[in-house]
Amino acid sequence: MQLVLEKRAERSGTIALVSPLIAIGLTIATMVILFAILGKNPLLALHAYFIAPLTDGYSLQEIAVKATPLVMIAIGLSLCYLANAWNIGAEGQFLIGAVAGSWIAVRTQGTDAGAWVLPVMLVLAAAAGALYALIPAICKVKFGASEILTSLMLVYVADLFLDYLVRGPWRDPHGFNFPTTAEFDPVATVPLLIEGGRLHFGSILALLVVAAAAILLGRTIKGFEIRVVGAAPRAARFGGFKADRLIILTFAVSGALAGLAGIIEVAGPVGHLQPGISPGYGFTAIIVAFLGRLNPLGILIAGLFLALTFIGGEQAQITMKIPLDVTKVFQGILLFYVLACDSLILYRFKLVFPNRQVTSGAG
Amino acid sequence: MRKSLLALAATLLLAGSIGAASAADKLKVGFIYLGPIGDLGWTYQHDLARQALVKELGDKIETTYLENVPEGPDAERSIEQLVRAGNKLIFTTSFGYMDPTLKVAKKYPNVHFEHATGYKRNPNMSTYSARWYQGRYIQGLIAAKMSKSGVLGYIGSFPIPEVVSGINATMLAAQTINPNIKVKIIWANTWFDPGKEADAAKALIDQGADVIMQHTDSPAAMQIASERGKLAFGQDSEMIKFGPKTQLTSILDTWGSYYIERVKAELAGTWKSEDSWGGLDSHMFAMAPYTNMPDEVKKLAEDAQAAITAGKLHPFKCPIVGQDGKPVECKGGEHLDDGQILGMNFYVKGIDDKLPGK
Repeated sequence: MQLVLEKRAERSGTIALVSPLIAIGLTIATMVILFAILGKNPLLALHAYFIAPLTDGYSLQEIAVKATPLVMIAIGLSLCYLANAWNIGAEGQFLIGAVAGSWIAVRTQGTDAGAWVLPVMLVLAAAAGALYALIPAICKVKFGASEILTSLMLVYVADLFLDYLVRGPWRDPHGFNFPTTAEFDPVATVPLLIEGGRLHFGSILALLVVAAAAILLGRTIKGFEIRVVGAAPRAARFGGFKADRLIILTFAVSGALAGLAGIIEVAGPVGHLQPGISPGYGFTAIIVAFLGRLNPLGILIAGLFLALTFIGGEQAQITMKIPLDVTKVFQGILLFYVLACDSLILYRFKLVFPNRQVTSGAG
Repeated sequence: MRKSLLALAATLLLAGSIGAASAADKLKVGFIYLGPIGDLGWTYQHDLARQALVKELGDKIETTYLENVPEGPDAERSIEQLVRAGNKLIFTTSFGYMDPTLKVAKKYPNVHFEHATGYKRNPNMSTYSARWYQGRYIQGLIAAKMSKSGVLGYIGSFPIPEVVSGINATMLAAQTINPNIKVKIIWANTWFDPGKEADAAKALIDQGADVIMQHTDSPAAMQIASERGKLAFGQDSEMIKFGPKTQLTSILDTWGSYYIERVKAELAGTWKSEDSWGGLDSHMFAMAPYTNMPDEVKKLAEDAQAAITAGKLHPFKCPIVGQDGKPVECKGGEHLDDGQILGMNFYVKGIDDKLPGK
């Protein structure tokens, strides 16, 4: 008797809905064992991770702040991935957006420039992110270069370009030669939603982006085209959809969103341009996109959930002295279970009893 | 079943709040760390100091730390989390936490902050650092004596003044021994990345360097130098076990006495915002034993250490000539003043490298 994975005749809709829940259940079960081994009270630990951050306004704000760039980037990436275009370089588009927007902030520093500064920064950042994403897209369409490699490599170009700017031309003249621009003026800063808090206007933009993506994918021909080109390229060709044009479009949109997220982060929570403005948002967003099953609402939930594990991990470190590594193990286990459970959408377990007649040929 | 679960949860929560109440009698002291506490370098030394603090004042205080906090948008939240958890004195132990610390400090005027290696202060935010360039000067003497190839290898982290002043102090000292000494510099652009640090050490040795110095935090370079039979200096902590036949000495960050002093002030209600920049005459850092060198070199190093400690020798004694051949303005009379060292943005003559961003 053996246990085998058997391909289902069609994907199981029930499992598709239930599998994230199974994954979370298995993760929690594993973590309970892990906490017990570490000698920590599992219930208190789970409380610190999942419940405590949801019980006060401050942590809720922080979760939203952390989730904002993740969700915004992941929405753009999901459009790419749905259309079978593999943009891995959102991190670079994020940084270039931050740089382009900061250009205005740095140029207008100390002048009496008015309220137009921030909107121009946002537009410029989105445009720069889009243009930067078009490089791998055009290389793919014109020359057949792998967009996975080119978009990834451009991350390092953007990173070093930013590095050069803040060490050289844009360095704060009163900053003791440290690699950072001066603090942005108030007109170049994303407004806060709550006085004394950290929740900012960017979170609202992220929600608008989620809504727009949901409408695009669910209600428009373009959304239909994206999904058809990704799922059935041959059928799409017969339908007259042009895959190349769609690669360009989805890359541009995801680049624009990543760039926008970049300037919002810099002009919001950080307040100036410096190296290390992104703790890998562009890469974490890939996880968020898949965790959210490339669905706008799913991505919103996944982004908030991942943010919750970050904030909760910090609370667990403070209140229960649980090391940060456990939080990372926890995130890793979660992704592992999500992917493992996803295979159940297309496959199912089956018990097979050995049958001599079938194997007789092998003698 | 459900009832008993609820009862259990309630008991646990109650237990939690009772724990919090008894802890409230103690002063809560928080720490933000850049690396993992096991980095065996920078963060490790801060945590050793925290442990020394607990040993000394454990009955009056309770400490909490957050490790691996990146110097980016997350730092402000991490610091604020410590405030909200009731910490009244918070040490933020890396330069990049400067602006986030200041932001949180302005928001919570009743909490006191101690920021390492920065220059922005507030009535409730002190800064503290050490004059490591003094140790670098001693290392420069040893390096020039010990190098056969006349080429030193230097792994830089970021081209910020603290690191640049270290390179300059090394070279000024080395030039007193060997006027033609060369230094090769590689910028790792990280404080802690053992892989990158090891690669940098390999590249430097391949370029002919036979004494490796570093301003990054892991023992990786020491291990590479040891494998290749070269010499090296440790950084932040005692790294002799990674190169028993390799380590010449190491600059040891010894924050313990400062932390104890500041916490005592907080307990006594006499804490004030200050700027502490301690040298060899304070307890901010120390030199590891001088090893793997002839007695004559050891004596040279010990004499220099004594002279610097006594204030008789200043690493940045004028005249100092810049890379461009022009003398550097001497604002401190006999030597450069503290402002010039804290903002050091030039190489001294003899360094065959271009300062990034210049």
